Amino acid sequence: MSPEIAGVLQLLALIAALGLAYRPLGDHMARVYSADRHLRAERWIYRAVGVDPNAEMRWPAYLRGVLAFSAVGVLFLYLLQRLQGSLPGSLGFASIDPDQAFNTAASFVANTNWQSYYGEQAMGHVVQTGGLAVQNFVSAAVGMAVAVALVRGFARTPAGELGNFWADLVRGVVRILVPMAVLGALVLVACGAVQNFAGIHEVGQFMGGTQQWNGGAVASQEVIKELGTNGGGYFNANSAHPFENPSPFSNLFEVFLILVIPFSLTRTFGRMVGSLKQGYAILGTMAVIWIGFTALMMWTEFAGRGPAFEAAGGAMEGKETRFGIGGSALFSVATTLTSTGAVNSFHSSFTGFGGGIQLLGMQLGEIAPGGVGSGLYGMLIMAIVAVFIAGLMVGRTPEYLGKKIGTREIKFAACYILVTPALVLGFTAAAMALDTPADSMTNSGAHGFSEILYAYTSGANNNGSAFAGLNADTQWFNSTIGIAMLLGRFLPMVFVLALAGSLAEQNPVPATAGTLRTEKPLFTGLLAGTLLIVTGLTYFPALALGPLAEGLAA
Amino acid sequence: MNNSVGNTARLLGAGLRALLVLTALCGVLYPLAVTGVAQTLFHDKANGSEITDSTGRVVGSRLIGQRYDLPLKEGQETPDPDLRWFQPRPSNGLGENSANTQYDLILSGATNRAGDNAELLQWVKEAKAAVVKDNSTADFKVNPSDVPADAVTSSGSGLDPHISPRYAELQVHRIADRNHLDVRQVRKLVDAHTEGRTLGFLGEPRVNVLQLNVALAELAAKSR
Repeated sequence: MSPEIAGVLQLLALIAALGLAYRPLGDHMARVYSADRHLRAERWIYRAVGVDPNAEMRWPAYLRGVLAFSAVGVLFLYLLQRLQGSLPGSLGFASIDPDQAFNTAASFVANTNWQSYYGEQAMGHVVQTGGLAVQNFVSAAVGMAVAVALVRGFARTPAGELGNFWADLVRGVVRILVPMAVLGALVLVACGAVQNFAGIHEVGQFMGGTQQWNGGAVASQEVIKELGTNGGGYFNANSAHPFENPSPFSNLFEVFLILVIPFSLTRTFGRMVGSLKQGYAILGTMAVIWIGFTALMMWTEFAGRGPAFEAAGGAMEGKETRFGIGGSALFSVATTLTSTGAVNSFHSSFTGFGGGIQLLGMQLGEIAPGGVGSGLYGMLIMAIVAVFIAGLMVGRTPEYLGKKIGTREIKFAACYILVTPALVLGFTAAAMALDTPADSMTNSGAHGFSEILYAYTSGANNNGSAFAGLNADTQWFNSTIGIAMLLGRFLPMVFVLALAGSLAEQNPVPATAGTLRTEKPLFTGLLAGTLLIVTGLTYFPALALGPLAEGLAA
Repeated sequence: MNNSVGNTARLLGAGLRALLVLTALCGVLYPLAVTGVAQTLFHDKANGSEITDSTGRVVGSRLIGQRYDLPLKEGQETPDPDLRWFQPRPSNGLGENSANTQYDLILSGATNRAGDNAELLQWVKEAKAAVVKDNSTADFKVNPSDVPADAVTSSGSGLDPHISPRYAELQVHRIADRNHLDVRQVRKLVDAHTEGRTLGFLGEPRVNVLQLNVALAELAAKSR
């Protein structure tokens, strides 16, 4: 069997597995966020936190909950790293410098998991397991909570209340993420991922002497890193490291974990707004983009254009033998079309066009299927823009799911769309204009520019993968990427929740013959087109200077 | 004003308590429970899949690639490969720890060089020339176009434990020559250590270099 056919079969197997999980998981999540009853463990948590899980919140209160919880998270993670040198269970590792500690704290709370540190030599057990892995759970649960709040904005009439943030947060962790993570972690250990607290120990070598390994709770962190679309590796090599991703099966399983919640949330959405077909229309758009990008990526990587790859006889630089080009292409598209950013192969060594596909995937706003929660709300914002454009074409006030999209709503949607491009292009321009940031580049020319464009694209979109030739552990990059990650995560959430509040206050408009049928394939096409046009217009000039120039020269 | 400061403080207090409770759940209970089950059910795998040679000495992990080099000679920066053993892929992106230097950790990593990077092109050309030279024996000449891509490129982790079956096959004549073995014997050894795609379509066919070299050491000792 040729590697190309094996790659396609892996894609088909993945589609089948996601299809099997779609209904049960999507329905389960809808029940979790709609249930009236609390589990006993949850009631205990609410008592400890001192909140009433049944108190309905309007959007400002919901937003304050999100921001307060996240602010505390940044501060806690910052202090944990700054105090690492004095904490027991830290392998004697030194405390992290202030700029890097800020960057890492912002990164993990913002569900980005950009890493300017080397995991195995910098972060001890306490920071990895008690700090970073915890944010992998809760930052994902925050994303899902905000998405559910927006869905309630569409579903509820006329209420103005969006649910209770604390209840949504806790339920996301207790009823969705933890159970799935326990099962997934054991699957990964069965494949060979390590899970111990052995610390640093010596192991014999074939040629004599010993090598030093850093053990740790790797499998338990790996699984939530994928499931929560986080992406921060225990080791520097991330999911290319054999202890994180030991076999071809674990590789496909990790890609499945990345995609399963974001795709299934469209079912949850359909259930909660009372029309599964509306969910399928959104799912269709996500799936078309994902499959299209994967096909393009396989094509360019198997073609392997570029002087060094042609001399080598294939684009295997930065890729592992056990995954091959097919398994690497599959992972790399899944990680950049979601907000994951884990890598099983090094993006900087993909072909010029391959790097362009990764960049464009993030620049679409990570909506196909996107991060847990953030993918769904990002796509729903684009759906609002799409019905607005359709409304302009026929001269009719646009509406979506029975809610009018008026001036107020479209303003919030427009603000949402403008945040990340402003951060990406502004910071990239600043870094290119200043003298010193360019010193961090490993590659020169078009690819060097791509390294910096990639860094801010990844940060502001909360992805976290990198063209890792860029030495990002400088005060400039630690600070500016840290700011881009925080603003790129929380400003859009402000607009999403404001929009949700505004929608929730409305009375539903009855559907008439003139209503745009948003559950039909026509709308799926309109939505995909809107996405590609809006993103293309925004980023084409920057992409032309980087990956397109590199790809066309090869 | 005071009221809003008080509200903010109350909210932050709730946030902190929520974080601490969820840290106890996700950062303590969860990893301990997973570790407990993993250590019970999959003891070897959870501790790094170590393997031993025929004498029972631990020689490394099935999952972590190693170098098979001669001792560093004086004035040399990089050691020469020990051509008695099957050679792994290059690992130009691998590093040593730069922080917490009381340890001597392996720092996993890739070269991150682009396809048009001059240095990468140079590395690939040099590696290819070396593979051709090292593996050509008196009665077997390596054709440069037969060298597979994995033989001349560094992996993502720098710790790739595998090579492609083609690269293993390419080394068979050299290995037989250096260990005074029959080519057919060595080829049989490689075939026995070649893993196909999982379920026929997952990943790529591959050969585990450490396991192959352990078996080779046994074979060489037996026929001596």
